[in-house]
Amino acid sequence: MFDYTFQWKQALARLPKMLDGAVVTMEVAVLSMLLGIALAILLTLFRQSGSRPLKAIATTWVEIARNTPALFQIYMAHFGIASFGIHFSPFTSLLIGITFNNAGYLAENFRGALKAIPDTQTRAGRSLGMTPVQSFRYIVMPQMLRISFLPMTNQMVWAILMTSLGVTVGMNMDLYGVTQDLNALTFRTFELFAIAGVIFYVITKIITLGARLIAMRLFRY
Amino acid sequence: MFDTALSANDLIFLAKGAGITIVVTAISVAIGTVLGILFGVIRVQLGAVLSAPLTFVLDIFRSVPLLIQLVLANAFVGMVLQLQVSGFFVACLVLSLYTSAYCAEIVRGGIDAVPATTRRAARSLGMSWGQDMRYIVLPLATRVALPSWIGLALGVMKDSALVYVVQVTELLKSTQILITRLQEPMFLLLICGAFYFIISFPLARFGGYLEKRWSND
Repeated sequence: MFDYTFQWKQALARLPKMLDGAVVTMEVAVLSMLLGIALAILLTLFRQSGSRPLKAIATTWVEIARNTPALFQIYMAHFGIASFGIHFSPFTSLLIGITFNNAGYLAENFRGALKAIPDTQTRAGRSLGMTPVQSFRYIVMPQMLRISFLPMTNQMVWAILMTSLGVTVGMNMDLYGVTQDLNALTFRTFELFAIAGVIFYVITKIITLGARLIAMRLFRY
Repeated sequence: MFDTALSANDLIFLAKGAGITIVVTAISVAIGTVLGILFGVIRVQLGAVLSAPLTFVLDIFRSVPLLIQLVLANAFVGMVLQLQVSGFFVACLVLSLYTSAYCAEIVRGGIDAVPATTRRAARSLGMSWGQDMRYIVLPLATRVALPSWIGLALGVMKDSALVYVVQVTELLKSTQILITRLQEPMFLLLICGAFYFIISFPLARFGGYLEKRWSND
């Protein structure tokens, strides 16, 4: 039964390649997070606005992002949009899919955070002669981002884990894609994916610990 | 777009995929919840230091992509242990543990939300630990934990889309098979998405409603 011999050396020899993949994974995650935050703020504004069509767009986006699998969203970005004759590279499709997902979840977090900020804050800003845009930009938004800092950290971890789905649309530069290709070459499935798992674990730990340190620094008061 | 080659048989094929998605989710959530409650209670009872090993193991399930967990489990069972088990079994096994890791966190949060004074009051009244858990902690913790648990169950339903890597043909994989054959990606994906949405959306709304209804303010 237990006649399987682990070949860790063979797998570890590929570590540099996998670390290169990890860099791509981080790139996708960070980009999708930055774009996601920007879009989520936009969606939050849409939801706050009085305009019905804008509200409808934002609500549809958020509900689809939250109620369908991330893998489905990435498929949609790659194969779905392709049926309109627009072909994205796997990298772009993955980025679009994850950004769409991030924006939806973050918009929901932001909405919760907005509820915790009293209306009087906006009114005070307006009384001081700020325009509505200024009072949102300088009074409400910083508080909103501060309250939703922890959910944003979680979403960042999710974004990193979601990059592994890129392989389904042919992405082969990220950590999972690289591991998959190496697996096809060497057939050391267990060893290679175990190492990839460890790398993912370390990355997410660095992110959560880093976020905690930043939070301590930022939110001293 | 309405001129489609989709036949009734294909729809049945999709429905079967959807059935697999639901069955995998139901089994994993059921087992995962039982394990999660167990792990959650153990973590609270033992305290942070003693339960550190458990916390570490559960943390792995939350920090490594599910895709890698599935591939690893499949490789371990198939290549290392050389057991002949179905992909369905591996999928349920991994998803159950994955669920239990998140569920333990929810349970811990729920128990922590019960004020220590309330529990001490129960013990002062002569209740045993079991009675305290059963009559004081359970009802109060459920109020906090149930909405998150619904979110978790839906999350597992969505994550079950990844079990295709262990050769389980669930909804999204069935859709992909049909896409390969019919070459109508947009239409088929919309059907697939609609299905996920129909299951997830009402339950998510219900969870949101409970959260609002049961919150203290």
